[in-house]
Amino acid sequence: MAKSPEEEHPQKAFGWAARDSSGVLSPFHFSRRENGEEDVTIKILYCGVCHSDLHIVKNDWGFTRFPVVPGHEIVGVVTKTGKNVKKFKVGDRVGVGVLVGSCKKCDSCQQDLENYCPQVIFTYNSLYHDGTITYGGYSDAVVVEECYVLRFPDNLPPDAGLGGLGHVAVKFGKAFGLRVTVISTSPKKEDEAINRLGADAFLVSSDPAKMKVAMGTMDYIIDTVSAVHALAPLLGLLKLNGKLVTLGLPDKPLELPIFPLVLGRKLVGGSDVGGMKETQEMLDFCAEHGITADIELIRMENVNMAMERLAKSDVRYRFVIDVANSLSQ
Amino acid sequence: MAKSPEEEHPRKAFGWAARDTSGVLSPFKFSRRATGDKDVTFRVLYCGICHSDLHMLKNDWGYSTYPLVPGHEIVGVVTEVGSKVENFKIGDKVGVGCVVGACHSCNNCANNLENYCPKSIQTYGFKYHDGTITYGGYSDIMVADEHYVIRIPDNLPLDGCAPLLCAGITVYSPMKFYGLDKPGMQVGVVGLGGLGHVAVKFAKAMGVKVTVISTSPKKKKEALEKLGADSFLVSSDQDEMQAAQGKLDGIIDTVAAMHPLAPLLGLLKSNGKLVLVGAPEKPLELPVFPLIMGRKTVGGSLTGGIKETQEMIDFAAKHNITSEIEVIPMDYVNTAMERLRKADVRYRFVIDIGNTLKSN
Repeated sequence: MAKSPEEEHPQKAFGWAARDSSGVLSPFHFSRRENGEEDVTIKILYCGVCHSDLHIVKNDWGFTRFPVVPGHEIVGVVTKTGKNVKKFKVGDRVGVGVLVGSCKKCDSCQQDLENYCPQVIFTYNSLYHDGTITYGGYSDAVVVEECYVLRFPDNLPPDAGLGGLGHVAVKFGKAFGLRVTVISTSPKKEDEAINRLGADAFLVSSDPAKMKVAMGTMDYIIDTVSAVHALAPLLGLLKLNGKLVTLGLPDKPLELPIFPLVLGRKLVGGSDVGGMKETQEMLDFCAEHGITADIELIRMENVNMAMERLAKSDVRYRFVIDVANSLSQ
Repeated sequence: MAKSPEEEHPRKAFGWAARDTSGVLSPFKFSRRATGDKDVTFRVLYCGICHSDLHMLKNDWGYSTYPLVPGHEIVGVVTEVGSKVENFKIGDKVGVGCVVGACHSCNNCANNLENYCPKSIQTYGFKYHDGTITYGGYSDIMVADEHYVIRIPDNLPLDGCAPLLCAGITVYSPMKFYGLDKPGMQVGVVGLGGLGHVAVKFAKAMGVKVTVISTSPKKKKEALEKLGADSFLVSSDQDEMQAAQGKLDGIIDTVAAMHPLAPLLGLLKSNGKLVLVGAPEKPLELPVFPLIMGRKTVGGSLTGGIKETQEMIDFAAKHNITSEIEVIPMDYVNTAMERLRKADVRYRFVIDIGNTLKSN
């Protein structure tokens, strides 16, 4: 008979889990594996609330295994290292992102693209090598193989380097020296986009006149919207050879008009997080350019309310759970 | 009052045109401009029938003007050149494809991408610089600006290379642009028709391993034995498609009818590219998960610029690549269109203009 979450591993652990597709989170006793030779144990300080967490707890994509402990934007402190661990020592500030395992042998893994490995293991809701389910960062501690742990640069505040798509894309874009236009359905976001985030322009996607003027002006578009939405107007904004890169995961297919692709040699692509090497590179880039996410820090017991606000996009721009100070049994 | 097609230009011309959206073609007297300083005039010997011709005849895309003389896979022999023409002389074998004019001042034109110029002038059915409508290759002569004339190397048979001027460049250009031309790559070709079969030949010449993806099992033998494809997948065979998941670096999709993209995306490796060169009129369903989970892309491509078209013809000459064709007399053209509509051709009709287009 399968062991219960509390019994399957030797180390006691505590977090919050959703038990069913209502998605409501509540205290949850479980366990973590022994710290193996290649492993690092991390006391979790902060964990970002990603919109994927919300999709998973509600089983929007149909593959959630309950009980599920979400959380894949984890920052903490190393408390234990296995005997083969070389890159980290006790006390180091580290992060764990979306993945905690891969096959290490396939073409993708060989190219530092573990995120595209067909046998990738996600930080939560995935089957680990030992056959147990992975539990994420809405918890007190996590045990992760060294090569999936990121060094957290000292000058990045640990509660702020944790995610958020659109607003972080603006910050990266400016740091890369690009001209950034934010495309949004809400005119109210314009002031903040331009004055606080540094965007160069703002386009209200429901304003046909403004969209028309902007046609054929963009080299590429990063689309972070996960709701079903129209691609045709976005394709129109692209120049010849323009690229529309979609990062959001709608639960239904989108409509793709083919004429704009053919007539303008345009393309639509996707991308899914990044490999370990590139994630570290990204963190180091943020440290170098002083880029952080804009967050709202919350206590663990307010996570359900945060999920409800997240469902209504009522957050500027990421909730981060103050795990160390508010997760108590 | 606008001049009639017969009167608007000084030189008599004869061809076949459709008069309305029935798309039925019949003999048509019209006229061509005099050979300008930069123009090349040639006697048309062959013209390929492109599926776009059928779409335009029926006004499927909503911008056809009648009378319409189609044909943009045109080959022949030069009979006259303008005083400023440098690259051609009388007797040269030449061709003209889909574009006969552009603005020459935009970024696209500066990058040899006249086909993407917002003011590009198509070989038929478009307004030329002089305000008259262009008439295509289902006719006895063509007059074109030297810039848009392609030299046909001597070793290429004229009838077999006519379709390359549209079908050929339409698959060659995206294979180069999307990087699906490297030896050892695995590339799929969807649809074994006028475009698809040429894509297989080009790919083999580039050292690429080709998988043909088709709805018809009957095409398998020919694909493997005659065209040299490395493998063949029947798209409605779930088991075959499942076994082939994640194997292809790219796919050139030539199918213009509505069809599902999801199974094709599944065939791609990570970072794989699905390139559409057939354009269905209605949007297709795009499942986003496969794009994201595999960092895959869906792109499009439209014919190619003049420089690249010449490069493609030279490549075809070097590798002795021609289209598989069925040569027909001019008066068979309406029957050919009916057969084309049912995809009943291996793999391109070519009208023997030189021998069978006769004005009475």
